[in-house]
Amino acid sequence: MTGESLYPRLEPLLAQIQKPIQYVGGELNSQVKPWEDAAVRWALMYPDAYEVGLPNQGLMILYEVLNERGDALAERTYAVWPDLAGLMRQNGVPQFTVDGHRAVRDFDVLGVSFATELGYTNLLEALDLAGIPLHAVDRDDTHPVVVAGGHAAFNPEPVSDFVDCAVLGDGEQAVGDITDVVAAWKSQGRPGGRTELLARLARVEGVYVPRFYAVSYGPDGAIAAVTRTRDDVPVKVGKRTVMDLDEWPYPKQPLVPLAESVHERMSVEIFRGCTRGCRFCQAGMITRPVRERTITGIGSMVDAGLKATGYEEVGLLSLSSADHSEIGQLAKELADRYEGTNTSLSLPSTRVDAFNVTLANELSRNGRRSGLTFAPEGGSERIRRVINKTVSKEDLVRTVTTAYANGWRQVKLYFMCGLPTETDEDVLEIAELAVEVIRAGREASGQKDVRCTVSIGGFVPKPHTPFQWAAQASAETIDHRLRILRQAINADRRIGKSIGLRYHDGKPGVIEGLLSRGDRRVGRVIERVWRDGGKFDGWSEHFSYDRWTTAAQEELAPFGVDLDWFTTRERTEHEVLPWDHLDSGLDKEWLWEDWQEAINEEEVADCRWTPCYDCGVCPTMGTEIQVGPTGRSLIPLTVV
Amino acid sequence: MARQPEGPPPPPTVQKLRIRYAKRGRLRFASHRDLARTLERALRRAQVPMAFSAGFSPHPKISYLGAAPTGAASEAEYVEIGVSVRCDPEALRLALDAALPVDVAVLECVEAGEGTGSLADRIDTSVWRVELPGVTLAELQPAVEKFLASDVVTVAKRTKNGLKDINARPAVAGASASEEAGCAILHVVVRQGTPAVRPDDVLAALTAVADLRPPLPPRAVREAQGRLDDNGTVADPLGPDRAVRARCQGEHAAV
Repeated sequence: MTGESLYPRLEPLLAQIQKPIQYVGGELNSQVKPWEDAAVRWALMYPDAYEVGLPNQGLMILYEVLNERGDALAERTYAVWPDLAGLMRQNGVPQFTVDGHRAVRDFDVLGVSFATELGYTNLLEALDLAGIPLHAVDRDDTHPVVVAGGHAAFNPEPVSDFVDCAVLGDGEQAVGDITDVVAAWKSQGRPGGRTELLARLARVEGVYVPRFYAVSYGPDGAIAAVTRTRDDVPVKVGKRTVMDLDEWPYPKQPLVPLAESVHERMSVEIFRGCTRGCRFCQAGMITRPVRERTITGIGSMVDAGLKATGYEEVGLLSLSSADHSEIGQLAKELADRYEGTNTSLSLPSTRVDAFNVTLANELSRNGRRSGLTFAPEGGSERIRRVINKTVSKEDLVRTVTTAYANGWRQVKLYFMCGLPTETDEDVLEIAELAVEVIRAGREASGQKDVRCTVSIGGFVPKPHTPFQWAAQASAETIDHRLRILRQAINADRRIGKSIGLRYHDGKPGVIEGLLSRGDRRVGRVIERVWRDGGKFDGWSEHFSYDRWTTAAQEELAPFGVDLDWFTTRERTEHEVLPWDHLDSGLDKEWLWEDWQEAINEEEVADCRWTPCYDCGVCPTMGTEIQVGPTGRSLIPLTVV
Repeated sequence: MARQPEGPPPPPTVQKLRIRYAKRGRLRFASHRDLARTLERALRRAQVPMAFSAGFSPHPKISYLGAAPTGAASEAEYVEIGVSVRCDPEALRLALDAALPVDVAVLECVEAGEGTGSLADRIDTSVWRVELPGVTLAELQPAVEKFLASDVVTVAKRTKNGLKDINARPAVAGASASEEAGCAILHVVVRQGTPAVRPDDVLAALTAVADLRPPLPPRAVREAQGRLDDNGTVADPLGPDRAVRARCQGEHAAV
């Protein structure tokens, strides 16, 4: 327990590997606090490559929130690429943090943020490199408490053998509560050992400790019951919700890497939660209710962040940014503020709406006008009713045409395939749509060089959504539909050459499906895949479908279930789902009704503008929708 | 005709500044692109009034001169920037230095002297110092002598098109060996050119001629860059700019 720097031992290895800069730390706004001064020490991990993990907002927020506490310190660690991992094993250098280059093994808590389930093998790799026992039951008082967070933590059952606990929902306040519990337990001389610590953590709101819940299975292979094994832990674990985002203006000092990362911009979260009710969208379901940051709160975060980072682009993030009640005013006033500074503002992919083109025009006034991205998600009007993301074909073509007419040359359209009830015809409509968009765009802009990129991936049903009962489409179905789509787009070369098609084949989606809706039995598959060399499963050059299917077949056979059972099988209404004891606030009966309505192609309107549709979140969680407008406005910044 | 953005063109460059900076410590692992990104962001944080190129994707006016390779430290990296409002070079140096990570130090900033020509034309040679942990002077000295006595030393160099054999000898204008705290140090003066010969290639050449095999990764520092004169010394590339400035100030004082 020294917290000494491993850098002198690491440095000779860095001369022998690719992109060594990702391991040296020292990013702008990073910090290294004295080891001895902190009662509780957190290692925060994003289980993917540095270039993907560094920009992650969740990790950045918790890093800063924890480091602001006088009694805590937090450092970051990322998945190590195989070239360095091999050298580390040869030279006995353990998994380290990039800030102080301290051994992860020496920290009190290892927090791992799972944005995607495909990071699970990287957790095992990091635990092994760190010298922390893979299985939670084999750890003792001296090992860090391994805590999972992020959206995937709403069903942590597949990794329940490897994590000590999972935090459901917003982390800002939860990490403080966990720190308090660990600090008290340590200062009292670790009474009752690790079991007592975990029992205390299990009583913190939003913290789930899998070992205190037993799972039994019925003869059909499905879960018979999940029961708690101690009466001092909750029967159902609820999620955490931060209610006033203006009180949590993090990251205040965003990290700026020297290395290239996947997001070369600063991000400001303008609201959290979404009630649009897109039925495929786990993020929209589990982050309710909508909580807006105010226009003035956003204005000061943009200002402080730009000064602290020197970025030239700011992304205004949320699940559906154009829905912010003050977005029009915000776009105009931010563009006014940064007039003449070569600072550009951008929105992530938006709903298909002509208003969004106006917004994008306003936001790009000062800087680079890159492409515009819309997300219709479904190819046909019918399937868009099924997923509750209704937009007519005419509106879609009109919106994209407006973008071309306004000088945007490149429009990207996001779609999914393999959605419930989908047929080949639904997917083929994407091609018709793209062709019409290009025809209308050429006409509207008077230019031949307008381009449209269709980006499409296989749909993966997720827990806590109306599609949690759905049969996932097989990899063959996905690949077939992608193939006929490509043929349809290329049928007329004069138009097809203006249309780009980006897609992911169906296989990784099947594995993501296994891990998303898996139960505790899937843990053996993950461990087997990692032992066979699996890691970086989100990267096509590392992902091996055969390794996963072989492991799934052999490890699941003793339980009488298989890969298909977890993926392409439709669930019945009363099946006990592995995450039923984890409460996102959504009423299971409401979810089922919404699933039935999806099959019947019935839409649900957004509860921000129409009466409550009784999803259950607000009453269950004691929360409420928080939207403006506030009536305030952004004053020009004084010139320094 | 190519489309142009609406509105007036960006303000023109009114002053060019030439900067020498160092990359040290952990940041020797930064690549040229990493440093370029970092420098551009630091210029924004330091509120340097950069001049921008015109067009739909305006870029700040920055020209980079040949960068030290990833893994090598340097005390002599050069960059030239164009600004749209005249700046005091020393104030800019301090502001930029404060905005950069501690392992990047802005050592000099001078105004480009009018009529002095381009900075690139004043740099054709690098002076390297390479620490060789685990190697003694007694091992290094004869290897260097053997290398200098050869006319052709072929080493395999990794290029975009795979391994390629090059002769590492002609680019080396001078080399010597010394020792500090039991660690041998190679001093080498290398002409920049194509194919580029870097410290790694010189070390590979020492392996080729004398079977010198450092047990630990060597640590290279570029100590200086400039134009090699007939006496074998490397001239300060910012010298001509300083001379113009001194002359101006002299004339000013005379008035």
